[in-house]
Amino acid sequence: MSAVRVIAAFTLRESVRRRVFVVVAVLTVAFLVLYGLGTWQLYSDVDDLGEVVAGVDPKVITGATILGLAMFGTLFLGTVLAVFLTLGAVRGDAERGLLQPLLVRPVSRRTLLLGRFLAAGGVCAVYVALVFLAAAMITWAFGDWWPDRIVGPMLGLALGVAIIAALSLAGSVFLSSTANGIAVFMVFGAGLVAGLLGQIGEALSSGTVESAAKAVSWALPFEGLYQAALAGLTVDTIGFTRLAIDLGPFGGAEPAGLGLWAWSVAYLALVGVVALRGFARRDL
Amino acid sequence: MTAALSVSGLRKTYGSVQALVGVDLEVGEGELFGLLGPNGAGKSTLVKAACGLVHPSAGTVAVCGAPAGSAEAHAGLGYLAELFRFPDWCTADELLQLHQRLAGSGGGAAERAELLELVGLSEAAARRIGTMSKGMQQRLGLAQALVGSPRLLLLDEPTSALDPAGRRTVRALLEELRSRGVAVLLNSHLLSEVELVCDRVAIIARGAVVAAGSPRDLSRPGGVEVETAAGPRVLEAASRTEVPRIVRELVAAGEEVYGVRVLRSSLEDAYLEAVEGKG
Repeated sequence: MSAVRVIAAFTLRESVRRRVFVVVAVLTVAFLVLYGLGTWQLYSDVDDLGEVVAGVDPKVITGATILGLAMFGTLFLGTVLAVFLTLGAVRGDAERGLLQPLLVRPVSRRTLLLGRFLAAGGVCAVYVALVFLAAAMITWAFGDWWPDRIVGPMLGLALGVAIIAALSLAGSVFLSSTANGIAVFMVFGAGLVAGLLGQIGEALSSGTVESAAKAVSWALPFEGLYQAALAGLTVDTIGFTRLAIDLGPFGGAEPAGLGLWAWSVAYLALVGVVALRGFARRDL
Repeated sequence: MTAALSVSGLRKTYGSVQALVGVDLEVGEGELFGLLGPNGAGKSTLVKAACGLVHPSAGTVAVCGAPAGSAEAHAGLGYLAELFRFPDWCTADELLQLHQRLAGSGGGAAERAELLELVGLSEAAARRIGTMSKGMQQRLGLAQALVGSPRLLLLDEPTSALDPAGRRTVRALLEELRSRGVAVLLNSHLLSEVELVCDRVAIIARGAVVAAGSPRDLSRPGGVEVETAAGPRVLEAASRTEVPRIVRELVAAGEEVYGVRVLRSSLEDAYLEAVEGKG
């Protein structure tokens, strides 16, 4: 376990020295400032409408929609970070001659992969959790609205981005850095498109589209976790406000049961096994 | 005594390309062993198989008695790859620290300072690797390979980026390692270097060992050259034991002898003969 820690710490130190975290922090602050401006402006406009119009609470609708958008932005930023921390971890580093000196030490390939995953997955999970929390607090500060659930959606986003980091790390075993980066972003995009299709399918009562979207959500559980996180924001909201949210851009999201969480953890393990088997067979 | 490196019937195939076709060799404890051969002969594949970086298609490789690639084998191993790179953002001292941690070495700062001094980089401990010349990085690579006091050192072209002074430093280092009982497998294109420092040599061509022995064994007697007032004369059939008689007879015949040299074919001749069949 000590070697795993050494590899993870070295990976993080590299990110610090290469100023990856400084760049991410600056851009994240910019994102949150823009989010704050948008939220403030929206709530200023909503305040003009009054408290409740025909049983619909505009504060809830505004908060759920803008925080849902922030959630999408957070997941995207976390994905970018996860991909760039892992895309060349195995094949890329081996081609550059960086990997071989490490693997000739009494360090197994499993240890190296686990260390890289803990560093990248851990950083990205903490990152998305903090950014989501910050966005929720900004929404509360400007709109006096707090989501129905905060911990569940935060953990869902964190697990989702950890899965993306694992997919990217596994991809780095089989693909060159460029091909891996492209592949992971396309998979990420495919997952989100499938989620949107599912919502459209639900709105238009298309069972086939809904089934296809569900299948993709299980095949790419970060999408299912994102949808569940969205649903968690307004899970206790009822009445006309609920109806209005359902008609909004993030209205079709469905809450997840324990099955999705269990499957997501099993999926992580499965990706790990595939990556390890591929890495164990690879000549360096 | 367990051999530092033992290779038996080693075969490696990449698709339809046969990189190694059945290599057997052994490097003893404290032995300096040279590996020679043309580009693409399979030398680097052999070294990588010993490091556990390449999986053999057949045969076995053992490092200090442990299967290559196992944690036990890695614990006794130091390696400098031909095409290596170290993270350019960290310093020489940080790189050695990382390898100390991974190797489980308790040598601390004293070991790092000693290794950097051994390769002539004492002044560069705090220097970022990205600002070092290729030669300095190669010397740092040697220091890295020596972290944890390995029993076997696998060096793949360790002097390719070094200037003559750097090469001399490495030669002195190899001799120092021999005196400490560290076995070294030296893969090099520089025949003169191998001839100068190695106890034994194997020549690899087309994935197989085509000649092996001490540099002296591989070279052949080439006669005796005598320098007289009439100029140099080569007696091709003569050997070292006949030199006193030859000199005696020439002096008795009234010739003035200025010098005598016993000739041997060089390792380069032996290499070309083994690799290309040139006599």
